[in-house]
Amino acid sequence: MALKIVKGSIDRMFDKNLQDLVRGIRNHKEDEAKYISTCIDEIKQELKQDNIAVKANAVCKLTYLQMLGYDVSWAAFNIVEVMSSSKFTFKRIGYLAASQCFHEGTDVIMLTTNQIRKDLSSPNQYDTGVALTGLSCFVTPDLARDLANDIMTLMSHTKPYIRKKAVLIMYKVFLKYPESLRPAFPRLKEKLEDPDPGVQSAAVNVICELARRNPKNYLSLAPLFFKLMTSSTNNWVLIKIIKLFGALTPLEPRLGKKLIEPLTNLIHSTSAMSLLYECVNTVIAVLISLSSGMPNHSASIQLCVQKLRILIEDSDQNLKYLGLLAMSKILKTHPKSVQSHKDLILQCLDDKDESIRLRALDLLYGMVSKKNLMEIVKKLMLHVDKAEGTTYRDELLTKIIDICSQSNYQYITNFEWYISILVELTRLEGTRHGHLIASQMLDVAIRVKAIRGFAVAQMATLLDNAHLLTGNTQRNGICEVLYAAAWICGEFSEHLEDPMQTLEAMLRPKVATLPGHIQAVYVQNAAKLFATVLQKHEGETDSQAAQETSQLLIDRLPLFVQSANLEVQERASCILQLVKYIQKLQQKNVEVAEEVTALFAGELNPVAPKAQKKVPIPEGLDLDAWINEPPSESESEDEKPKAVFAKEEPKHYRSRNTEVDEKELARRREVRKQEQANNPFYIKASPSSQKVYDAPGVEHIPVVQIDLSVPLKVPGMPMSDQYLKLEEERQQKEKAERKKKEKKKKREKRGKGRKADSGPESEEDITPAQHVDIVTEEMPENALPSDDDDKDPNDPHRALDIDLDNLLSGFSSRPLADSEKLPVRTHRPEVLKSPAEDRVSESVPPETKKKSSKEKKEKKKDKEKDRKRSKEEKKKKKKHKEVEEELLESQPEEPVQSEETKEAAAPPTSTSAEEVTVPSSAVETSSAAVPESEPDEPKDTEPEDTKSSKHKKKKQKKEKEEKEKKKKKRHHHHHHHGEAGGEDSVQNGTVEEEEPLPPMSNYSVLAENSFIKMMREDAEQVYDIQGNHQDESKVVVSIIFENKSDSFLKSMEFNVLDSLNSKLQRPEGAGPHDGLTVPFQLPPGVSNEARFVFSVQSIVMPQKLKGTLTFIVKSDESSTHEKLDFKLHFTCTSYLITTPCYSDAYAKLLESGDLKGSSLRLEGINMPFHHLLARICFHHHFSVVERIDSCASMYSRSIQGHHVCLLVKTSDQTVSIDAKCDEPSLLGNVLDELKQTFSKC
Amino acid sequence: MIKAILIFNNHGKPRLIRFYQYFAEDMQQQIIRETFHLVSKRDDNVCNFLEGGSLIGGSDYKLIYRHYATLYFVFCVDSSESELGILDLIQVFVETLDKCFENVCELDLIFHMDKVHYILQEVVMGGMVLETNMNEIVAQVELQNRMEKSEGGLSGAPARAVSAVKNMNLPEIPRNINIGDINIKVPSLSPF
Repeated sequence: MALKIVKGSIDRMFDKNLQDLVRGIRNHKEDEAKYISTCIDEIKQELKQDNIAVKANAVCKLTYLQMLGYDVSWAAFNIVEVMSSSKFTFKRIGYLAASQCFHEGTDVIMLTTNQIRKDLSSPNQYDTGVALTGLSCFVTPDLARDLANDIMTLMSHTKPYIRKKAVLIMYKVFLKYPESLRPAFPRLKEKLEDPDPGVQSAAVNVICELARRNPKNYLSLAPLFFKLMTSSTNNWVLIKIIKLFGALTPLEPRLGKKLIEPLTNLIHSTSAMSLLYECVNTVIAVLISLSSGMPNHSASIQLCVQKLRILIEDSDQNLKYLGLLAMSKILKTHPKSVQSHKDLILQCLDDKDESIRLRALDLLYGMVSKKNLMEIVKKLMLHVDKAEGTTYRDELLTKIIDICSQSNYQYITNFEWYISILVELTRLEGTRHGHLIASQMLDVAIRVKAIRGFAVAQMATLLDNAHLLTGNTQRNGICEVLYAAAWICGEFSEHLEDPMQTLEAMLRPKVATLPGHIQAVYVQNAAKLFATVLQKHEGETDSQAAQETSQLLIDRLPLFVQSANLEVQERASCILQLVKYIQKLQQKNVEVAEEVTALFAGELNPVAPKAQKKVPIPEGLDLDAWINEPPSESESEDEKPKAVFAKEEPKHYRSRNTEVDEKELARRREVRKQEQANNPFYIKASPSSQKVYDAPGVEHIPVVQIDLSVPLKVPGMPMSDQYLKLEEERQQKEKAERKKKEKKKKREKRGKGRKADSGPESEEDITPAQHVDIVTEEMPENALPSDDDDKDPNDPHRALDIDLDNLLSGFSSRPLADSEKLPVRTHRPEVLKSPAEDRVSESVPPETKKKSSKEKKEKKKDKEKDRKRSKEEKKKKKKHKEVEEELLESQPEEPVQSEETKEAAAPPTSTSAEEVTVPSSAVETSSAAVPESEPDEPKDTEPEDTKSSKHKKKKQKKEKEEKEKKKKKRHHHHHHHGEAGGEDSVQNGTVEEEEPLPPMSNYSVLAENSFIKMMREDAEQVYDIQGNHQDESKVVVSIIFENKSDSFLKSMEFNVLDSLNSKLQRPEGAGPHDGLTVPFQLPPGVSNEARFVFSVQSIVMPQKLKGTLTFIVKSDESSTHEKLDFKLHFTCTSYLITTPCYSDAYAKLLESGDLKGSSLRLEGINMPFHHLLARICFHHHFSVVERIDSCASMYSRSIQGHHVCLLVKTSDQTVSIDAKCDEPSLLGNVLDELKQTFSKC
Repeated sequence: MIKAILIFNNHGKPRLIRFYQYFAEDMQQQIIRETFHLVSKRDDNVCNFLEGGSLIGGSDYKLIYRHYATLYFVFCVDSSESELGILDLIQVFVETLDKCFENVCELDLIFHMDKVHYILQEVVMGGMVLETNMNEIVAQVELQNRMEKSEGGLSGAPARAVSAVKNMNLPEIPRNINIGDINIKVPSLSPF
């Protein structure tokens, strides 16, 4: 044994180490591959030895060879061996090698699980660190599942070095094992406030990555991030957060408004360009997300554009580039502000840096308007001439075409100009984009009818000068335009001046050198031209010319018949025979022109690119079925039927088709026929296209006006520049004309009254030179051009779209179900399940959960109304506070009503899930020392329940209204912060334009002394828990604690004296008289909110509970115990839940006769009726069912299911309320409280 | 997210490659070649961002690079990273290398690829930025090196002696080459 060791170490002495290997490779430059292969053989020998140091050395060399491109996966097992060495030196080498070459397909990875776990829990922080680093590169779903729990524990490691690594790696774990996101999220969130800046930065990093993919789930973190943004000094963290906000603002415009101010401050104050740039970027995102037409933000836009201009003018190319990049974002929404910097951008086109030129081009694309298009394109054409290097020139070419053709040629006023530009572009040498120009020519000629005459003339010239284009056959990219030219000349040959000459040009022998597909088009269109020529000469007595033409074809076509290209050959021989036959007829003096033209009658319409995909599969056609018996196996291998119809769609369409009955089909057919009759471009059953124009209904066709100021015929090659001048002249002329017309109009106006005012000249007023009638592309019946799902179904981030909101807030949280808990290691290795099976069993429960959470969310919306009011009040009370602070104010999530109270139809499983929620989660939150903060942002989710559609619609509508109102409100607050929310109308979805409502407060002062002030929210959120304890309900009370002193308040304990009926919910194990610790401390001037749960047995009577708050006041010198007594008042209204009710259900309820009535009269109320209703809704949790003039019916429901109905009438200062409820004492108390509310004002 | 970090010299020879997404070895080499091709034809006075590496990523990805003396440092990142931030990060990384190797030059990277990896691991982890504070990075690297030393290092004493013997046979010792001109000059840029 000893001998073996000695032998091993002697062997080692002659082993190469990494440096030797590198040196060797450098010394064997000529036969590097050979040298390396001998080295690999040596390494293989070394790996066979027992000595771990030798192995580590070998693995280290392999890592180097891997970099050079050698596959080292064969050594995977040895790498695992080195990883498991107890020495840090070797372990590090092993993990490095693993991180370079392991991946999900590496099978030895599963052997590493226990080793990695051991390293993770190693007492040496660097062992742990190395393991984390390695794992971050090769984590697999199995590893993620098995190690998630261990890593989560490391997130609270004592060493910040480990904490930050553990936090970062969690992102990878989430990606591979999405089920871990929910359980790990609270801790991750906690790390955002870690004392170590590195850990904090890591947490920000992870959450930003998560939020980038599924931003809506992270909206609730906005307040926390906001706080970080205003407090952090780490630029890296700031950049991340600011970028994150950029992703969040599109979802929540109100957030954007809050952001603008601090961001502008940062823009003004920061010296770091990277931070400045990201701020500008996010401000832009905010401005985009805010609806346009906000005059107040023009300053911000100006600031951004101004800063960007500075960047663009900077000598640093990087800043220039980024400035242009950001500018293009502004361009989309605020083109005007960018357009004023056109000079700067055109200047950038001259930059030596290609990336910058390309960026500038992108910008130009968005900057064109009808007015400046010609000018910009002219500049670009100049650049095309100057440009060196084909790539940039090609880029310019495509950009010119893009710019001109964008949004259906929207900015082109003169198509003759455009055709000239296209023709000019054909003179570019060596471009790859011949086909692009060709397709533009075709497109314009087909879709713009008025231009055909001009286009044909130009194309004829092109064909005539084809030798110029084909002069250099190697660069045949450009000859593609001949394809278009030939086709246009043939198809619209009636516009040709001299078809004979063009025909001659098309049949020149040189044509045979063109690519086959172009020749084919030549041949085919020669035949079309032939038909035209025949027709022209038909009437003439002398048939000499016609016969000459035939002879020309007969002479020239044989050249094409010999073509190697099948298509050309076939067409040519076909046409040759036809012409020969015609010649015979001509010699007999038979009139043939009519019949020959009929060959090419009818117009071709453009077809939308997706049209074929949208063609539904005809019923009864099974594309998968064999038409003939399949051939034997061996043959069928490589033959795969090409899909003609869309593969994914068939089911969809088939089902849709079956829905349509015969009648409907007939009706649609009729409609379509009608439509086609009015569409001049539709090919009709009539044989000749000429006839179409005589058809009835032609009056509807917009008559094409050809502006005579533009000469129709331009001799020779056209110059696009002349159009610039012409265009200016034309516009001036038009202006003058328009002025005349306006005068006329004005005169008319007096007579007619209202008429559209043309106002100052805007670009929309520039009328195009041609009346453009752009033919839309055809699509099959019923098919929509919209794009189908673009999302990549394989995106790993889709799995991470997990709702996290209800995890954050205390009481409404959905606890982690057992199935969601991370797997914890057991002592005995589990029987290995197959991973797939495992995954299935785990993934099912979260899915059902998700559903229930959606339902919950929906209910939350009902509560939003209350929330929004209360928020507003809060604001008022804390006028001294900054707006930002406001946002940071954590407002706990509204608890969720039980399913049962609202929806009997709710699936019972979700209800039971809910029931268990409250107590356990309460414990959870209090154990986490950090106060849970919550968003004030509403969650916009689509209602996805199964309620009747009518129901749903109403709800959505209401929500919409609500949102709008909210928007208004926010806006309002932003600008006139000090004022009361004057214009807020809070009535329940009734008439809008009524007087503004006075502010209403939801918080009342509970108790106050010199140290602390307690404010309590009136509208408690209510839980109703049935099943657990019969007839017991839970009420949540939110209390704001505000520190009024200059000292630090800590160890706050909240306690109440329980009554028989109402009890404070205490954590398990606590005695009935123990206080509850308030889960936060209060620095001077700070306030925070805590929530307490009470269980209540009977709700028909109001309750009063006595309580005490004890706390320690800690100042620099001393600390004293203080206490504050208070009385908690539970009114009966606090047991009511705002529940919407629909009039039919309401009527039924009243008819049922189960309800007992009572009434109330209030005198001397002089407030508008809708204020009154709003008050009742707000303070007493009612909702308006119906309102007619000064009479309204209202509804609410108690947490124990009592219905309360009100009928409120008003007539001069007297309000009468008739009420009905199935519990008379409850009703009595509610009415008393109503009375009290109104006596106060 | 950072998708890949590539360091290669003016001739396209890789000095360090670190992919945070799996690619087979031949694909990795192809990416290096393509990236080198894109980057090397750019002047030094043009901007340091490049779009359109077709092999990695696609439209969301950008190449952000810096060129120091004989070496290109290329980061391939997606849109969640700040362009200027990554440029600063490259600077931090290179300055860290400079500190750890005491006047770093290409030869250091050639012969100590593993050490460069260990330094990089303290800066970027799994494609996410771990630490941007240079002092912190250097401190952690030093501590780990010290630990390695206490374990006797990879080669240990006897091997080192042998290596000295082996070196004697070599006609040249690369360390002695005049490396003045290939030193990476770290320009003092404004702090991040």
